[in-house]
Amino acid sequence: MSEKAVNKNLPIVSKRLGLPDAYKLETYLATGGYDGLKKALQMNPEDVSNEVMKASLLGRGGAGFPAGRKWSMLKANPVKYLVINGDESEPATFKDHDLIELDPHQIIEGVVIASYALGVNQAFIFCRGEFALGLERLQSALNEAYDYGAVGSDIFGSGFSVDLVVHPGAGAYICGEETALLQSLEGKRGYPRIKPPYFPAVMGLYNQPTVVNNIETVSNLPWIIQNGGDAFAAMGQDSSAGSRIFALSGHVKKPGNYEVEMGKVTFRDIIFDPEYGGGILDDLELKAFIPGGVSAPWFGPELLDLPLTQEAIASKGSMLGSGSIVVFNESTCPVRAAWRISKFFYRESCGQCTPCREGSGWIEKIMHRIETGSGRMEDIELVLDVCDNIAPGLTWPPKQTTICVLGPSIPSSIVSAVNMFKQDFVDHIEKGKCTFGK
Amino acid sequence: MGHLSEEVLNKARILLEVYPNKRSALIPLCHLAQGQDGYLTPEAIIEIAELVDVTPAEVRGTASFYDMFHLEPVGKHVVAMCTNIACMLRGADELLEHAQEVLDVGIGGTTQDGQFTLEEAECLAGCNNAPCVQVNHRFFGPLDNDGFDELISDLKSGKLKDIVPEHGVLNRVERQHGLKATPDQIQAERDVMESAKKERLAKKSTS
Ligand SMILES: Cc1cc2nc3c(=O)[nH]c(=O)nc-3n(C[C@H](O)[C@H](O)[C@H](O)COP(=O)(O)O)c2cc1C
Ligand code: SF4
Repeated sequence: MSEKAVNKNLPIVSKRLGLPDAYKLETYLATGGYDGLKKALQMNPEDVSNEVMKASLLGRGGAGFPAGRKWSMLKANPVKYLVINGDESEPATFKDHDLIELDPHQIIEGVVIASYALGVNQAFIFCRGEFALGLERLQSALNEAYDYGAVGSDIFGSGFSVDLVVHPGAGAYICGEETALLQSLEGKRGYPRIKPPYFPAVMGLYNQPTVVNNIETVSNLPWIIQNGGDAFAAMGQDSSAGSRIFALSGHVKKPGNYEVEMGKVTFRDIIFDPEYGGGILDDLELKAFIPGGVSAPWFGPELLDLPLTQEAIASKGSMLGSGSIVVFNESTCPVRAAWRISKFFYRESCGQCTPCREGSGWIEKIMHRIETGSGRMEDIELVLDVCDNIAPGLTWPPKQTTICVLGPSIPSSIVSAVNMFKQDFVDHIEKGKCTFGK
Repeated sequence: MGHLSEEVLNKARILLEVYPNKRSALIPLCHLAQGQDGYLTPEAIIEIAELVDVTPAEVRGTASFYDMFHLEPVGKHVVAMCTNIACMLRGADELLEHAQEVLDVGIGGTTQDGQFTLEEAECLAGCNNAPCVQVNHRFFGPLDNDGFDELISDLKSGKLKDIVPEHGVLNRVERQHGLKATPDQIQAERDVMESAKKERLAKKSTS
């Protein structure tokens, strides 16, 4: 590995994921649990916020917005809410899933710390509905936390109170988008709201000011309070402070969640190092990889040596997004891969905006006919044209024509596949079948 | 006589209490009703509508947005197989084909004996165990054809009944604390906080 990335602080958020029963209060307490909260309650709420600001903790939900800044933008109001986004449905992202099932108390502790800093008395954890075990573990942990006095009235005798509700989703990717999530939490269809005016910090849940943070984001808070924001900011590189969980999947020998210090590890390290991915499945060549979830443009092997930071990846025209890396080996049909991703967006578009609703359907249809051998040569231009209608100019980051960014994310994989593997498209069309034997 | 059982209604009452707004309980209540019946029956929809104070059409219209809610009867075991990118790369499409043969149903279909409904799912966030499958929302994987056959026979024999409960994701753990605070309580709590803060500040300035 480039420079052995063993920071003595690591792992931070994932430190209990290897323990068999860290989801139980007893184990959590035995491993330093709720110490961060106890310390926070001795501080002023503003000082807690300051530590988070100093930590330069970036949101882990996809957009990478600094948590401290987000908190400072919350409008002053008698009623404010905190909502934790545990909807995790971005394909190939599975870090929150592990955090929810294996370390739910860490989430609860983070939520209470954040609530204290924000002066929030009612918080929600929105947990993806398909995580049946996760919902059980979260609710059991919450029951224990109430009994222990870490949630509810007069927490640890501090005078601070917050109620916390675990709320189940019901199967809709779009509910990961924060305003759709709030709609869903209000008992409605998960339709994203238009911004402005519906910026959650001003008009969020029940039209009251609301902070929405990701599960992994708040899971970092106990450590930050215990060790100080400066200690967190001292790790990482550029604006990408601290450590982060990367979810590695696809054609690697050891798929899994790996927490690494930001910027100290490259894609090559995480894919090939025996400590992480352990190399390409079946020892084939690497064809391409997705650096940050299916909304992100793809990278080729020539970019393997990029460090894992937001800046480095953005400078090459993609994003770190949800922190999920998908590896394709040489046996992968890029047309099929791009088609499958477009099918996902087609199924998950909420249907409010014409470019997204119609465009996703058209793209899926065209990609499917190319993949199955009934494509025409004009289809390559046609599919790019449809993409251009959703995100004019096909630039990165994409231009916005829709209410939320799901729509403009659809072209990423299609444009990548055409740009990087045009010959494969041509071959499919000329031979009238998938040239990878699918 | 109502359609939802007393047990479900008790859980429903707790849920209705914890949200600042009743309608927020709509989706959890649908989960509970589905836990009882396996799908959302018209009777349950009417009762949920009464409980959260909206029309039955609104409940149905909301529920139909969400993949997890079934508006038609389903089999005892809903087998949801992910074919999204990470699972696709690991052979999910081939596994799904195998499943259709073994169970002798198409995607979305239910076996004649009512044991299994087969679904093609989007990413289930189990990509480290690809290809992954959920049965009534409990995870299995990575699965090859043999692994799938074994899973099906274990489900048939009842060997997995403790791991794979019947329908519903909210049935096994109940919320025990933290019912919704009244505005008075919240105000009182805020006052306490304010004085605690003043105390702390006073302590700070003297030390
Ligand atoms: C289509 C779409 C899906 C999203 N899915 C998720 C998700 O599953 N989990 C998540 O935390 N954020 C998701 N986000 C991002 C949220 O809108 C929001 O930015 C995030 O939860 C904020 O938390 P953070 O600041 O802590 O990152 C999604 C955004 C979009 C547009
Ligand atoms: S962009 Fe797509 S998913 Fe987002 S609001 Fe519009 S139609 Fe819905």
